[in-house]
Amino acid sequence: MQVLESGRGEMIQPPDLDAFREWNRTEKTRKLVDKRMSEAEAVSRFVTDGCYIGTELYGTVRCPMSLAREVVRQGKKDLRVCGQGVLELDLWLAAGLVKKLDVTYIGLEVYGTSSALRRAVESGQVESCVEWSNGAISWRMKATAMGVPFLPTRSMLGTDTLTYSSAKVVEDPFTGIKVCLLPALVLDVGLIHVHRADRHGNAQIEGISGFAFEMSRACKRLVISAEEIVPTDEIRKYPDRTIIPYYLVDAVVHAPYGSYPGEMAYCYGRDEAAIREWVEMSKTPEGSQAYLEKYVYSLKDHQAYLNLIGQERLAQMVEERERRE
Amino acid sequence: MEAQPYTRTELMICVAARLFQDGTTAFIGTGIPMLAAMLATKTTAPNLVPVFEFGGTGAILEDLPRAVGEARTFHKGLCASGICDTMETAQRGFIDYGFLGGAQIDCYGNLNSTTIGEHDHPRARLPGSGGGNDVGTQCWMTVAIMQHDKRRFVPKVDFVTTPGYLTGPGARQAAGLPPGTGPAYVVSTLALMDYDSAPAGASPAGTCRMRLAATHP
Repeated sequence: MQVLESGRGEMIQPPDLDAFREWNRTEKTRKLVDKRMSEAEAVSRFVTDGCYIGTELYGTVRCPMSLAREVVRQGKKDLRVCGQGVLELDLWLAAGLVKKLDVTYIGLEVYGTSSALRRAVESGQVESCVEWSNGAISWRMKATAMGVPFLPTRSMLGTDTLTYSSAKVVEDPFTGIKVCLLPALVLDVGLIHVHRADRHGNAQIEGISGFAFEMSRACKRLVISAEEIVPTDEIRKYPDRTIIPYYLVDAVVHAPYGSYPGEMAYCYGRDEAAIREWVEMSKTPEGSQAYLEKYVYSLKDHQAYLNLIGQERLAQMVEERERRE
Repeated sequence: MEAQPYTRTELMICVAARLFQDGTTAFIGTGIPMLAAMLATKTTAPNLVPVFEFGGTGAILEDLPRAVGEARTFHKGLCASGICDTMETAQRGFIDYGFLGGAQIDCYGNLNSTTIGEHDHPRARLPGSGGGNDVGTQCWMTVAIMQHDKRRFVPKVDFVTTPGYLTGPGARQAAGLPPGTGPAYVVSTLALMDYDSAPAGASPAGTCRMRLAATHP
């Protein structure tokens, strides 16, 4: 197959599917062991300086915010970050933890562009931004999930998004059409928040599944945080709901309100005022630091964070949850 | 009935809402497209099936979603799947309309939401493609919704995040984009525009340039 065009973006994490198979053979236990631990222990053990890391779903929706804050608290640095984000990646950018980005979207949704992203990229603190579409980055994970080195798509063709990616364009040997080849993406560590998991890591999600299926199968280490830890018998009653089976998982963190101030479908709604607080404070470096001080550095752990937010406010968010009716 | 005052943005949303055909599928992005889709489902297109990129299909839009993954995007929905499913559905040709925004648009409907200035040393770093590139590639017809000002309507976008007609007639197909796809309309705060290439992407195409279809009152 002749390569017709190559994106000039850096391959931030060159895929090696044979090494990934070997990793899965030797480093991932098949035993049903208890993997429960705190945010502090999970981040300390599995998130390393310079690692290639991703979060799912994104900032205001079913996002592992308690884990994201712990990454900031422990000051993990030189992170190579994959994907889309709102509050979680903003915190990392504001804390100066991010060195490279495989970026699809980092912004504040209805509130517009991210000041933290602008400062980090425009100042050169983030050394490289490699561009992808949301579909493309998800399919890159899907390729890894399939155990193959790339997947073809028609997305990105003809655009600067492709030029500044590390994708390649070839002529399909079967039909002759041009396709964009997306390289498989193997995360060193993925962080995913779910509705419930058992102690072994069997995890279930309600509502949309985002890219949890693909990401969970595309990482060497996977840290799950869960609203609720349930007995394995509960998982066995509804095995059809398990999106992430235990053998993919390295750590299980019990994190009630783990997505706050974002939402968790059918559990709690998003706290608009709390989200706007970040939108406002992140406009300046000083404001961002004050926010991090107040909500991360000065707090010992997620429980201390929940104490600061207060039961009354959390109860109000529960009241505003999506309901099945 | 007494005349109600309205803003240009509200008028833009009303014009955009009328572009949704009833009984079609439409990929909806954050912000104004959500408002337009919501208005459409309450007026001229009650059977519109909104598709949101992170997996929500066929939601009843009772409250305005503020993000493309929140529960309102699958509220009383028909299907809650994931992003690969929705994007693959579009890639298989099942999504009729895509509604998009951006910081800049050019005369061929190319959209920029990535950087202002040179990519590696940008004057302004914008959010990036998100699902925009996929929508502009895979949906049959795309509609851009933009505030009308000179900084947004530019001769050449700084960065082609999402493909319009690229450099003009034949360019989409030469790049490998699916035949028959392309920009159909632009709705701004001042006007409705279409492209000299009706229907979208058809061959032989016209100039593929944006043109004025109607001005708002």
